Amino acid sequence: MEELLQLLSEIRPDVDFEAEDELMDADVLDSFDVITIVSEIQDKYNIEIDVADIVPDNFNSAELIWKLIERCM
Amino acid sequence: MINNVLDYLEKNEQRCPEKTALADTCVSITYAQYADYARRIGTGIARAIKQTNMPVAVLIDRNVRSIYTFLGVVYSGNFYVPIDATMPIERVQLILDTLQPMAILDARDVCDGSFGAVSVDEYLDVSPDRLLLSKIRDNMIDIDPLYTIFTSGSTGVPKGVTVAHRSVIDLLEAFEEAFNFTESTVWGNQAPFDFDVSVKDIYNALYVGGTVQIIPKKLFMSPVMLLEYIDEHNIDTLIWAVSALRIVSDFKALDKYIPKCLNNVMFSGEVMPVKSLNYWMENIENVRYVNLYGPTEITCNCTYYVIDRHFSPEEKIPAGKPFKNTRVYLRDESGHIIRPENADVIGEIAVSGTCVACGYYNNEQKTSEAFVKDIGVSAYPGIMYATGDLGYYDNDGNIVFASRKDSQIKHMGHRIELGEIETALNAIEDVTVACCVFDEEKGKIVCFYQAQQECKKQIVDGLGKKLPKYMWPNIYVHYEQLPFNKNGKIDRVKLKKDYIENR
Repeated sequence: MEELLQLLSEIRPDVDFEAEDELMDADVLDSFDVITIVSEIQDKYNIEIDVADIVPDNFNSAELIWKLIERCM
Repeated sequence: MINNVLDYLEKNEQRCPEKTALADTCVSITYAQYADYARRIGTGIARAIKQTNMPVAVLIDRNVRSIYTFLGVVYSGNFYVPIDATMPIERVQLILDTLQPMAILDARDVCDGSFGAVSVDEYLDVSPDRLLLSKIRDNMIDIDPLYTIFTSGSTGVPKGVTVAHRSVIDLLEAFEEAFNFTESTVWGNQAPFDFDVSVKDIYNALYVGGTVQIIPKKLFMSPVMLLEYIDEHNIDTLIWAVSALRIVSDFKALDKYIPKCLNNVMFSGEVMPVKSLNYWMENIENVRYVNLYGPTEITCNCTYYVIDRHFSPEEKIPAGKPFKNTRVYLRDESGHIIRPENADVIGEIAVSGTCVACGYYNNEQKTSEAFVKDIGVSAYPGIMYATGDLGYYDNDGNIVFASRKDSQIKHMGHRIELGEIETALNAIEDVTVACCVFDEEKGKIVCFYQAQQECKKQIVDGLGKKLPKYMWPNIYVHYEQLPFNKNGKIDRVKLKKDYIENR
């Protein structure tokens, strides 16, 4: 999880990923952020995220993103 | 004789008044409504500003209202300037300072009065004054500007590319010859309206009496839903940024869902990776795939290449050959024209024709640097646009893009001058000096900065006030002392080499 927070803050250094839980619903992240996050996660954890899982509900918080990673491992 | 894009709107209003012209997630309007709303807005603006050929800024959203507001501005005899109000205030202000607009209209779903903008709704109650509008129209000619679109500027000030009616009319006639769109065509609009990629959706549809379906931005983060949406709205033509098509291919979304009605997939803005294109072509056959090339300054595109064969990943997809009524030169360093017979010789791509923009609004210096004397003309004045792109001819006479002459980059679908980022970086108090390079392979902007201590947070805060998000560097490297070369300039070559070796 620490690693993930680090990765996320490199993509969006202006966002507090530990606190934010409406990353998508409050338009904090845009589509290019999500796409970048997915590619970086796939590289880092050597997993493949199913495209059907690339939906806003899975990206609202760092915790949800982490759960998605765990499901793919 | 057609000398104004409104001629197309009125033709469709007569011919197919009940046909759906524009649609977004909430609203859909017919050609009759499109023309009526535009005339109301046009009447309102004309009464308010009483001048013509002046800029009118429009705060845009991804909605139908933004588009009919544009044409409302045109009815008033003025030209529109789309502004994305989600950009940092300082950058919007820089644009407004250059523009000195006569009025600012708010076409967004939620108007909040920012920048002193007037809600378009106020003008929708105005009854159209056809006499006033036709008087204005009688005085307009096709070299009058239609729109100004701002693009990144290397000195830190965005440049307003100003395009006349005749250039867009020329684009539409050239597209008709090349692609034969029909009134049944439905364009799935991806590009924001402050990017000229969207000009092709708006005006091609207007030209043939087709439909523009505006795709919500949010769908681009759910690739499978995006593909389903395409079918639900019978979208058959995509004129998208390469980066948007890649969202589908990079995540293999076509493995889950294949849209059934697509006829045309056209792309521009960046070099399309062959791997991504092949993924599309293997999954959806019987679609015309077209690579479009050209900067905003020559009205969208000057060359095109219809994909007619299989490309292997190490090949490059050509930018292709010029559209009808457009001349494209390659010029070598001594200013001579390179002939197509001399394949593989690299030169700068320059463009001449009706497509060439009027220039950069209120920026004589930048205009004269890029809009230069036409090298094919000697005995009378002629203008061409020097793109700053380098290219060469392949053995079939197609132009192939090679690289840039300067430090302009394409990143996430945006055209960015690294100089604009550097200007913003150097204005930050904690930073002594900074520069940026682009890591093409990883698609990342890397910032090297000299400061007494590591201060990424201060930099991020500082840039957030000045630059849109897509211009922010992705990587920050702190130096106590940046390396300088013999000429006393920051040694970017060394910095980039060291970075790439150690990343």
